[in-house]
Amino acid sequence: MSKIILEVEDLRTSFFTHAGEFKAIDGVSFTVHEGEIFGLVGESACGKTVTGLSLLRLLQEPVGQVVGGKIILNGRDILELSKKEMREVRGKEISMILQDPMTSLNPVYTVGNQISESVKLHQHVSDDKVEDEVISALRLLRIPAPEQRIRDYPFQMSGGMRQRVVGSIAMSCRPHLLIADEPTTALDATIQMQYLALFKDIQKQTNVGIIFITHDFGVVANICQRVAVMYAGKIVETASTSTIFKAPRHPYTHALINSVPRLDRKDDRLYSIEGQPPSLLNLPPGCRFAPRCPDVQEICQKEQPPEVEISEGHTVSCWKVK
Amino acid sequence: MADVLLEVRDLKKHYPVTKGLLQRTVGWVRAIDGISFTIENGKTLSLVGESGAGKTTAAKMILMLEKLTSGTIIFKGQDIYKFSSSQLKTKYRPSVQSVQQNPWSSMNPRMRVRDIVAEPLVVNTTKSKEEIRKRVLELLDQVGLAPNQADYYPHEFSGGQRQRIAVARALALNPSLVVLDEPVSALDVSIRAQIMNLLKDLQLQYNLSYLVIAHNLATVRFMSHSVAIMYLGQIVEYGEAEDVFTQPLHPYTRALMSASLLTLPEDEDQGITPIILSGEMPSPLNPPPGCRFHTRCVEAMDICSKVEPELMEIGTHKVKCHIHANPDVSPKPS
Repeated sequence: MSKIILEVEDLRTSFFTHAGEFKAIDGVSFTVHEGEIFGLVGESACGKTVTGLSLLRLLQEPVGQVVGGKIILNGRDILELSKKEMREVRGKEISMILQDPMTSLNPVYTVGNQISESVKLHQHVSDDKVEDEVISALRLLRIPAPEQRIRDYPFQMSGGMRQRVVGSIAMSCRPHLLIADEPTTALDATIQMQYLALFKDIQKQTNVGIIFITHDFGVVANICQRVAVMYAGKIVETASTSTIFKAPRHPYTHALINSVPRLDRKDDRLYSIEGQPPSLLNLPPGCRFAPRCPDVQEICQKEQPPEVEISEGHTVSCWKVK
Repeated sequence: MADVLLEVRDLKKHYPVTKGLLQRTVGWVRAIDGISFTIENGKTLSLVGESGAGKTTAAKMILMLEKLTSGTIIFKGQDIYKFSSSQLKTKYRPSVQSVQQNPWSSMNPRMRVRDIVAEPLVVNTTKSKEEIRKRVLELLDQVGLAPNQADYYPHEFSGGQRQRIAVARALALNPSLVVLDEPVSALDVSIRAQIMNLLKDLQLQYNLSYLVIAHNLATVRFMSHSVAIMYLGQIVEYGEAEDVFTQPLHPYTRALMSASLLTLPEDEDQGITPIILSGEMPSPLNPPPGCRFHTRCVEAMDICSKVEPELMEIGTHKVKCHIHANPDVSPKPS
């Protein structure tokens, strides 16, 4: 397998509020290889976006803090960098695409201006070269007529085009790692397909490692090589995409995949998981999925299950598997 | 088709575009341009399409929140635009209720659940307080909420539970038609299944008709009896859900279906690749001549940019496409 660019070890992030400590991420470990699209899947509040923000160290301190673990990017732990050093990394080595292109662009600056910001900051090129860099970033995301488009404002573009501009900003300095947080959720189905195809091309062209955060298993199947499923701040299962779909071992993964209606068959009833994810303020002592799990055993309610590697590259945290 | 509850005939909605000091009308946005469909008793019709296709506008006209430009909407044999205001209040509005997409904005945050669910009853009926109290508890029970939750405020509930409250409110007046505008798209995956199962159970129990507005085809297949695929203000394919999903005829339907099918990496190695449309939906202000889809169609022919196809009965369902209208003209990619 290709080179590992990111290694996250036992990452813990908490939010300290007047109500107490919210353990948004509680011991998450995974790796991302060069040129790989790694999916991070889960429902709202499972900690997937917070994972992305922790990697960029963009949490709102002192409320949100990384309280433990390591984030090793290209061989060094970025949690040990100073704020100034981190600014060098952010945008250059890691960058992020946010969900909603309507709110992640500044309405009063042209898109060219917004893309040039990171180019000027990270690439020491002369002013007349900046425009070339911006145009090539737009071209990478296949925006038609980039020479004219750089003078457009975000409101002159459709949602799909704006999301491409956001992608151009993220890719403008050719980062090693790109975190894409639900980049297609706000887009229409056919536009989503275009964007996903574009993503795969960019990954092949630039060999960037991509963490793709999503709640949509259809998107995962389409684009990711490996997937980690998150539940209530923990990764419950990690495997290759086809293993996740064909032989999921964690009851949550299984339930999640089966609760999605399928286009290629007629279901009379959907499999549903009763109840809701636990509150992060008041987590159960044992397995976090135990209160909703159909296969719950006595031990599940008392002790947290260890992470077990059941075959190469397939790890599961569940007492049933142990 | 004896059991028709609601029939829509050649419905149009054009919004004027005005300009200048005198607000002269300089053009029309053709949000809906001649759509017809029927909803049967106890059945579900889904309107499917991407944003800007006109699905929500159609629903608004049925709910009479928006006036139509032309066409007729017939409910239980009567034209709803010929109802007097008192007839509307007693006959039509209580029978047609809606559940909105976003359960975070469809409820007044200062009202208790008890009052939210009771509101339609207070406005539309002469029931006593005690009767209303009983009915509210009954409704909450039907949607799977506990009686003690009646005194809570909306913020104390999760998204899925709020959507249950919205369903309870919509059912309060025993409607015959419920308009569900993207009922599950704001919810989490594991909660969606709960709500969709609930909606199906309630439909069977009360013989409800649903008009579902959705963009996710898999959701639609699970929920619907019949389906209408919309593109730029028009219906391009219409028929029984199973027919449309097993034999999609319109190139747009096929592209939409391919976008919501699961394709695993190994499927692609075997040559099963999703259909990727180029471009975006054109503006309804200036729709393309001929077939409105021809600018993005992978199977477009010469005729498509010139002559608008009719919505024609082909095989088991209706489709608006030249490829199927002229079987002797073989499709050639442009």
